[in-house]
Amino acid sequence: MTGSHYRDEPTTVSRYSAAARVNHWVTAASLILLALSGLALFHPSLFFLTGLFGGGEYTRIIHPWIGLVLLVSFAGLFLRFWRLNLWERTDNVWLGRVRAVLAGREEELPEVGKYNAGQKLVFWGMSILIIVLFVSGVGIWRSQYPFLRETLGIVIPIDQQRLAVLVHALAAIGAILIWIVHVYAALWVKGTVRAMMRGSVTGGWAWRHHRRWLREEVGARTPRRPAE
Amino acid sequence: MATLQSLDLQRRSATSGTPPAARKTLEVAKLIDVSKCIGCKACQVACMEWNDLREEVGEVTGVYDNPHDLSPATWTLMRFTEWDNPDTGNLEWLIRKDGCMHCSDPGCLKACPAPGAIVQYSNGIVDFVSENCIGCGYCVKGCPFNIPRISKADNKAYKCTLCSDRVAVGQAPACVKACPTQALVFGSKEDMIAHGEERVADLKSRGYDKAGVYDPAGVGGTHVMYVLHHADKPPIYAGLPLAPKISPLVEMWKGLTKNVGLLGIGFAAVFGFMHYVVNGPNRVSDEDEQAAAKLKGDGT
Repeated sequence: MTGSHYRDEPTTVSRYSAAARVNHWVTAASLILLALSGLALFHPSLFFLTGLFGGGEYTRIIHPWIGLVLLVSFAGLFLRFWRLNLWERTDNVWLGRVRAVLAGREEELPEVGKYNAGQKLVFWGMSILIIVLFVSGVGIWRSQYPFLRETLGIVIPIDQQRLAVLVHALAAIGAILIWIVHVYAALWVKGTVRAMMRGSVTGGWAWRHHRRWLREEVGARTPRRPAE
Repeated sequence: MATLQSLDLQRRSATSGTPPAARKTLEVAKLIDVSKCIGCKACQVACMEWNDLREEVGEVTGVYDNPHDLSPATWTLMRFTEWDNPDTGNLEWLIRKDGCMHCSDPGCLKACPAPGAIVQYSNGIVDFVSENCIGCGYCVKGCPFNIPRISKADNKAYKCTLCSDRVAVGQAPACVKACPTQALVFGSKEDMIAHGEERVADLKSRGYDKAGVYDPAGVGGTHVMYVLHHADKPPIYAGLPLAPKISPLVEMWKGLTKNVGLLGIGFAAVFGFMHYVVNGPNRVSDEDEQAAAKLKGDGT
C-alpha cells in the first residue's frame, strides 16, 4: 500500500490483541455492574437500580462477587500494561500543558509513547483504587465474616467496619470519576474505540496521538539486517 | 414485620421525603431502674413469649448472662456485672437489661440503604420492617449501642421493637408488663423523665450521690432510659457507653460523602458533555494519515 491511497484505506497499526480486548471488556462490564449496584445502595435516589439485579437482597449478594471478578480481571490488565504505564519525564511536560490537551492542540505536546500521561494516571488511579476497594470491600462483606474468622482468624472490629464503608464509598466515587474521564476521552478522541473493539487503530490516529509509539512500532517492523 | 402504622412515621430509612404530619402521637419511653432490678429475667421470658421467639439452647459461659449475648431471637438480655466499688469496698452486683435504646437520632436508620427497612414512629419507637431489609448489616455499623443482630437463617436484622404492636394499641411492652418489681415502667417520655428524677432523688438520699437518669444527649436522647446509681460511670454496667453518638465515620459516609459524591459524579459527566459541545471531537486529519503512511515507508 502506498501513502497516496490512505483515503481509501488508511494504514492501520495493531494496538490490542484479542486476549487484551476480552480482558478489557470483562473488566469494563464488571466495573459498570459494580458501579450500578454500588450506587443503588449508596444513595436513596438510586435505590431503584437494585431492580436491575433482581432487588435489594440480590444486589447486596451479587455486588461483592462481581468485585472479585473485577479484581482478577483487572489484575490481568495490570500485568499486561503496567510496564507501558511507567512514568516518564515527558509525562510531566504533557501534564503541564493540559490546556493544550483539552483544546486538542496536540502539536504543542511532546511525542507520546503507547500511553500519554492522562492514560497513565487513569491506569495507576484505577490500580490503586481497585486495591482499596477490594480491601475495604472485604471489610464490609458481612456474609463472609465467618469465613474470615474461621479460615484466616480475622475478626474485623466495628470501628474498622465503619472506616471500611466510608473508604469504600470514597474510593468508589474516585473510581467512577476516573471511569468518566476514561470513557469520555475514548469518545472524544475519534478513532480510539476501535482500538478496543477491533484491536487496531489507523496510522493517522497513532501519528496524531501516540507518535513515539508509532515510530517504535514501525521501527520494530522494519526488517533487520542479517546478523553477520 | 410490616409496618401497620404508616401514618405515624417520623423517619424512614433511605428515603428523602416529607413524613406524614397529619397527626402526632405521644412520645413514649421505657424507664429501666437498675436499682430496683432483681435479675429475675421475667422480662426476657415475656419478650420471647410475646414476640414468639425461642433462643437455641446454648452453652454456659460461666456467668449469669443467659444467653450470653443478644441474638436474632433474643431482643433483650439481662447483663450481670460484679463491680468492686473502690469508694466503699463493697462488691456491687450490677444488673442491666440490655436491648435497643430507641434513639431519637438512630444510627441504624441513618446507615440503612434500603428504603423503609428501618422506621421511626412519631412516638419515638425505632422499628425494623423486615420485608424491606436487604441484609447488608449497615445498621450494625450505624448503631452506637451494638444492638442489631443479623440472622444466619434469613440475613435480616433483628432487635427489640419496644413492642410497637402493643404500644400501637395502648398496651405497655411485654417486658414491662412482666416485671415484678416495677424496675421497668412505661409511659410518656415526659412522665418517665419525671419518674426517673424522683427515683434519682430517692437514691441520692440513700447515699448514691452520683445517681442519675441515662438519656444520652449524643443520640438526641433515647426512648429507653436507665436510672443508674452510678450515672457518672455507665461503662461499669456491662459496657453501657459513656457518651454514645453515631460514629463520625458513619456521619461522614451518610452525610457529606453521599451527597457531595453523587454531585461530583454528576458534575464530571456534565463537564465532559460540555467539553465536547465547546471543543468538538478530536479528529485525525488527512495530514496525520499521510504522515503515518509516509513513516511506515510505503514498503512494509
